Amino acid sequence: MLRACVRAILVFLVVFFYSGGAAKVVTAGLMTVTGGIAGTILYAKWDHKFRETVEKNVPYSDRLLGLALGPAPQETGLSVKKQVRMCSEKLWLRCFEIPVSGFIQAFLQFVVFIVFHSEASTEVTHIISAISDVPSVPAPCDTEMTPVKGSTFQECKESAEPLKERPVEEVTARLAQQDLDEQEIVASVSGNLDDSLASSAKATLQAIGAQEAALQAIALHTQKLKEAMEAEVHSSKKSTQWKDLEACLANRAAAVNDAGTALLKANEALDNLKSVIDKSKGRNVPAVRPLVLAAEENLHKMVVDLDKVVNKVRSAESEAKVVSQYSELVNEAKLQFQREVSSLTPEIQANWKGLTGKLSTDDLNALIAHAHRRIDQLNRELAEQRVREQIHIDAALEQQKLEYLKSQEAAVNTSLQHIKEDARLEQERKLSELREVMEAEMRTQLRRQAAAHTDHVQDVLKVQEQELKAEAEQVLSSKLLEQETRQRQLSQEQLDNFTLDMNTAYARLKGVEEAIDSHVVAEEEARKAHQLWLSVEALNYTLKTAEAGSPTKPLEVAAQAVRDSCHDNEFALALASALPEESLQRGVYSEASLRARFYGLRSLVRRVALIDESHNSLYQYFLSYLQSALLFEAKQEAPPTQLSGEDLDPFKLLSYASYCLEHGDLELAAKLVNQLTGEARRVAEDWLNEARLTLETRQVVSLLSAYANAVGLGTTQAP
Amino acid sequence: MSEKELGQKWDRCLADGVIKLGTGLGLGIVFSVVFFKRRTWPITLGSGMGLGMAYANCQTDLRLHYLVPKKDQ
Repeated sequence: MLRACVRAILVFLVVFFYSGGAAKVVTAGLMTVTGGIAGTILYAKWDHKFRETVEKNVPYSDRLLGLALGPAPQETGLSVKKQVRMCSEKLWLRCFEIPVSGFIQAFLQFVVFIVFHSEASTEVTHIISAISDVPSVPAPCDTEMTPVKGSTFQECKESAEPLKERPVEEVTARLAQQDLDEQEIVASVSGNLDDSLASSAKATLQAIGAQEAALQAIALHTQKLKEAMEAEVHSSKKSTQWKDLEACLANRAAAVNDAGTALLKANEALDNLKSVIDKSKGRNVPAVRPLVLAAEENLHKMVVDLDKVVNKVRSAESEAKVVSQYSELVNEAKLQFQREVSSLTPEIQANWKGLTGKLSTDDLNALIAHAHRRIDQLNRELAEQRVREQIHIDAALEQQKLEYLKSQEAAVNTSLQHIKEDARLEQERKLSELREVMEAEMRTQLRRQAAAHTDHVQDVLKVQEQELKAEAEQVLSSKLLEQETRQRQLSQEQLDNFTLDMNTAYARLKGVEEAIDSHVVAEEEARKAHQLWLSVEALNYTLKTAEAGSPTKPLEVAAQAVRDSCHDNEFALALASALPEESLQRGVYSEASLRARFYGLRSLVRRVALIDESHNSLYQYFLSYLQSALLFEAKQEAPPTQLSGEDLDPFKLLSYASYCLEHGDLELAAKLVNQLTGEARRVAEDWLNEARLTLETRQVVSLLSAYANAVGLGTTQAP
Repeated sequence: MSEKELGQKWDRCLADGVIKLGTGLGLGIVFSVVFFKRRTWPITLGSGMGLGMAYANCQTDLRLHYLVPKKDQ
């Protein structure tokens, strides 16, 4: 394609340079034309708008352009530039398909607006809004947030909405049921609590009693033991003492056992009570709380007492332990001594205090020696003991400290627990108090609300009452009005009917009267008509008095008669006065005379046929005479229904007119003669006037006679 | 009677023509005899003048109806 173009151009150039003058011009012209066409095609290829304008303005250019470039691209009015803009915008904004915050979007919008022209900005906003599905007004984050909140709100609302007002009976029933349930629960709980409280109290008291008994037994025992250890009593009493001591010991053991079992039982009971309390706490009924609280307090007190007593018992026990240890040691020493004595003096039995007279000197010496040895030993031991005293004391102190610490810890723990328990109870008490206060307040508020509600209801009721009253009154008034109108209507109807009847009667009377009058009138009319007819007949007759060549008698008299006979009839009067003056004064010619006259006229008209305004010299006269001599036309010729241009020739007209006259049609003849022009017309003028007069008079007279006939006919009563 | 008018006009024309012709002739003869040495031409002239005048008069008379009168300003 390109090569062909280049070759063509080269050829052109060659031809241009090597050709003569004319050929040069021709080639130059061709080159410019082809160059122009090529340029247009190229430009059209690049700019589509230009292509469209060219196609619109230059016919058949669309074919050429289609051939050269292919069909025009179907665009929605956007040029290449705009398309480029659109694509770039779309690409840029597609990066932001994720929901963008409103400010960034607004900024984007602004930037885009500045960068591209205003034409595209609306499209850009559309694109932005289309891509991100957010209105191009900032802050979609807010709108995103608020839907969430709104949804939660809605949820709350939804959860709150189903709580419609229940009907009153249901509410009261529910409340009653609730009360009953509560009462039941309370009763059961209180019963449980009381039972468990009672049992635990009993057990605790028992335990306390047992512990106290044990305490007393222990105290007694220790005392007895101390006494037994230290008192120097008679031997018989000693044995009783020892027996008492043993009894006491047994007692003590039993008491301690009892105390232990009682303590266990008490603990069990207390645990039971605690479980019951917990269970009743779990019921979550407000009325139960004070009971629970009281039970807890009781429990706490019991626990405290029990602990105190147990502590007392333990301390007593520890003391007793010390004393028993001491007594044991003493017993051990005694036994040892006795063994020693028995080893020395096997014959001597126990209870050496009673042996004062039985012992020999050897035994006594042995005994004294043993005693001395023992004393030495003991002194040695004592010295040792003194030496080790401090260490032992320290060890003992340490032990004591440890024990003390332990006991202190235990005491601290128990007191801490007690304090905690106390605090908790206090808290619960305070809580219950607060709750009561709150309840009271709520009740007052509710009462207030109820009062407000009743007030409102009262107001509403008042308003409703008024409305209803107004409505009822309106209805009543409307009904009354209706009744009234109906009443009035009925009365009016009656009245109307009556008047109607009266009117009809009156009308009939009037009709009758009128009929009679009209009869009279009709007769009068008939007479008049008759008269008129007679006068018209007279007039008609006078018309016939025309003689040949001379007019009729003047119609004045007859006309006057006619006028006299119809002086109250306007139509006849008008007609009578429509008679032309000439006819009245002079009379009219008859048709026959006119016809005769016409023939004379005819020859004259023939002779002056050519004369008119422009042709009226003597020479023309001569010519006209010549024509009339030489031209022959039919004597009579039937006139056509429509006159054409060639019928207006005077000769033809004359033949038509004579035909008409022969057949008695004066009117048509006059009309035809009226068509003459020029001198012929002037010549025929008089005849025409006479003919007109006659026609007029005859017309009027015929009208009058017709009218008179009609009137006469009208007035005659048909049988 | 308008149809009689033409006849009357012709009568007048004829009469007038005769008179004028005669007068012209006579005057021509007179003049020819008296002033122009019995030449023929004054006679013919006179008769011609007379005839011409008669012709003109006749024509004017016949045309009279068609002549538009001068509007007095």
